[in-house]
Amino acid sequence: MWIYQKKLEYPVNITAPDPRMAKALMAQYGGPDSELAASMRYLTQRFSMPDNRVRATCNDIGTEELAHWEMIGTMIYQCMRGASLEEIEAAGLLGYYTMHNHGVYPADPNGVPFTASYIQCTGDPIADLVEDLAADAAIT
Amino acid sequence: METTQCALLNQISEYQFVCVELNLYLDTHPKDEAARADYLCYSKMLQQLITQYEEQYGPLQNFGHSPTETGCYVCSKWPWE
Repeated sequence: MWIYQKKLEYPVNITAPDPRMAKALMAQYGGPDSELAASMRYLTQRFSMPDNRVRATCNDIGTEELAHWEMIGTMIYQCMRGASLEEIEAAGLLGYYTMHNHGVYPADPNGVPFTASYIQCTGDPIADLVEDLAADAAIT
Repeated sequence: METTQCALLNQISEYQFVCVELNLYLDTHPKDEAARADYLCYSKMLQQLITQYEEQYGPLQNFGHSPTETGCYVCSKWPWE
């Protein structure tokens, strides 16, 4: 099970609107190699891992990725906070705003919704770990 | 959030960072005695800080993990506000 702690892993305090940055951050929030994808990868793959050390690593990294996801969601929320319609349109987020207003929806910067098909869980520990490596290497 | 509360919360985050990293290391090196000793030491410090914070400012955790008479879980601000 999980217990929630009502704080961020690292504090986020963005005080001026920046919808352009919000759009870029959506890669990390709802994209194929987002924190959400990372978390779901580790937390699903852990079940079929054959060794206690690997199960523990997948479980604990998957948990920490959720804390990362919360920080990115906070950053998007605060970057959109107080943004005018003109600023949102100039940032290329008119479509997003039409669909989601100031909601923080898990989609990539092009508006493509998050999907489980971004991740893999083959049941083969080596294949799954290599997939994790590929996903993590995509973040530069 | 007042400065002293913020400072204590940041201190908690610093100890948590150390504990997360040591935890992940111990996941693959469970018998490393030096790392285990560090983890225990920082875990105790972290627990002390959390207890101190919750006594002064209210609960940080839900589901029965923050027994304190101060404040209430739903009253404090959410971290994205």
